Amino acid sequence: MTSSIKAKQLKTAFFSALLVLAVAYPILGLKLNIVGIKLEVHGASAPVLWTIFACAIGMFFWQLFRSQLGNAWDAVPKVPGVPSSATNFLTLPSTQRWFVLALVVVALVWPFFGSRGAVDIATLILIYVMLGLGLNIVVGLAGLLDLGYVGFYAVGAYSYALLSHYYGFGFWLCLPIAGLMAALFGFLLGFPVLRLRGDYLAIVTLGFGEIIRILLRNLTELTGGPNGISNIDKPTLFGLSFERKAAEGLQTFHEYFGIAYNSIYKVIFLYLVALLLVLVALFVINRLLRMPIGRAWEALREDEIACRALGMNPTVIKLSAFTLGACFAGFAGSFFAARQGLITPESFTFLESATILAIVVLGGLGSQLGVILAAIVMILLPELMRNFSEYRMLLFGALMVFMMIWRPQGFLPMQRPHLELKQ
Amino acid sequence: MSRPILEVSGLCMRFGGLLAVNGVGLTVQEKQVVSMIGPNGAGKTTVFNCLTGFYKPTSGTILLDGEAIQGLAGHEIARKGVVRTFQNVRLFKDMTAIENLLIAQHRHINTNFLAGLFKTPAFRKSEREAMEFAAHWLDKVNLTEVANRPAGTLAYGQQRRLEIARCMMTRPRLLMLDEPAAGLNPNETEELKQLIGVLRDEYNVTVLLIEHDMKLVMSISDHIVVINQGTPLADGTPEQIRDNPEVIKAYLGEA
Repeated sequence: MTSSIKAKQLKTAFFSALLVLAVAYPILGLKLNIVGIKLEVHGASAPVLWTIFACAIGMFFWQLFRSQLGNAWDAVPKVPGVPSSATNFLTLPSTQRWFVLALVVVALVWPFFGSRGAVDIATLILIYVMLGLGLNIVVGLAGLLDLGYVGFYAVGAYSYALLSHYYGFGFWLCLPIAGLMAALFGFLLGFPVLRLRGDYLAIVTLGFGEIIRILLRNLTELTGGPNGISNIDKPTLFGLSFERKAAEGLQTFHEYFGIAYNSIYKVIFLYLVALLLVLVALFVINRLLRMPIGRAWEALREDEIACRALGMNPTVIKLSAFTLGACFAGFAGSFFAARQGLITPESFTFLESATILAIVVLGGLGSQLGVILAAIVMILLPELMRNFSEYRMLLFGALMVFMMIWRPQGFLPMQRPHLELKQ
Repeated sequence: MSRPILEVSGLCMRFGGLLAVNGVGLTVQEKQVVSMIGPNGAGKTTVFNCLTGFYKPTSGTILLDGEAIQGLAGHEIARKGVVRTFQNVRLFKDMTAIENLLIAQHRHINTNFLAGLFKTPAFRKSEREAMEFAAHWLDKVNLTEVANRPAGTLAYGQQRRLEIARCMMTRPRLLMLDEPAAGLNPNETEELKQLIGVLRDEYNVTVLLIEHDMKLVMSISDHIVVINQGTPLADGTPEQIRDNPEVIKAYLGEA
């Protein structure tokens, strides 16, 4: 009996090792080199080959002694996990509100001491926080999977860029227009497709995001095609420009205050504008959660049939979530255009949608603090790992798999604020 | 004299080759309690689904106060004052009892976006009134102690009562209950019977119910409609139904 199990283990171990060799050797052990115009296959260096061999041996023994190792592992006393009371405390809306407030205070103060590069990256993070918060309305609160969110981001960005380019409108005037335009697109798309559910909705929105990008690339007359639009004006502070030399009829910030020009003022100003937009978004979402429409989204996510039986129109309720979410993307988009000064259709690929969705899922559906943390992780990590940028996607995938196993509900999922009957 | 609130005639519902409901007709007078009975699979719930717009009937007319409502969407019919419960309770399980009642008032409260955003006095007032109305009905169905508990954690009988209270939030004229007594113990069934009486007498609600509990049906109904295999078998007062030989044969057993 035991010998047959032993034989089986030996067989599994042997084939596992063989599989390691079969996969690793062609991928890592062989190299293609271009010699002149010919392609030649060379073996990899000896250390690499030895490593592959060692891995195969390691796999052999691992498979052979797996059950024993498993028992030994179980015998090791476990590090106690996060106690459930702590998790419960961390996911309470009131706790998260204090965390968010603390974060905001830190965010307000630190740019005056941070380096220029750091503030710049922080601005980028804030853009993604805004996008994450907006998508969170659609995915987290209303439960509609939207894979084309970047389309609304593009609409917002191009609304500002085009209005600025053709009519010379300023940022602050265009910000609400961009939001409204994106909301309008959200409304127009949402109207026919929100009858669909789940996967179908995801596919249609995915297509929509791509259509917008391709449209922007091919409307060369209007949008400049693949070259995009450049020299987009930066935001001003009540008409004060942050450039070295102001355009005609404008005054610059440093002249007005009589200080020497420093380009970091502009960076910090942009950061503060982004922070302001994020704060507005946080405020709106916080209120939404406690408004009838927020409750209706939650109810609709739980049971659409019951909602209909109570006289609520599911399409209208979903549409409101879709439109509001798109509106936030529009704000983020116009700010993005202003910060970059140059936008091209390639800034709005599907990968962006995926990143934003990853931020929402990673942070925990519906959670604002979670979105902020996840945006920091998702944007900061690639920046910190510029040296191994080729492995970015690999790490990204690993992070996702790890999260699915470790915390499928996200970093910091939020409990919805419950209304209480006071007795 | 009361007048009919709901008149259904020649109602048919076909699913592919299956004629689930065939020529059902019924008339519900205002402020009456009308029961629909019949063996399992007779098509009672299908009739309910047609009446409340969850199915589009293949043919037939449904008149609510003389206005044709067949083919309208579910939420449109609900807005006309026809609200239902479900055979398997459909509460919002993760939300508290009181929140379930607030959601049902969605159409009646201030849903203005800006008003809610800035908590205007009008918005606060509307929320407070919704809360008071919900609290009133929680008290009526005896659920005040569990107001702040998630609906999914309530006992089955409590969930049933909460679902009825949730329907009342929409200020219905015709309340349709799909097997409200299923799974209730005799005490709870007695409470339900009293509640239905209160709904009719104090709140002027007309009630149409599907029920298998004969004791309840016979004691509460003003009128009974019997359906068997999708076709109408009989209708009349409880006494007439009790003595109808065909009904006894089809439904109550051949004893």
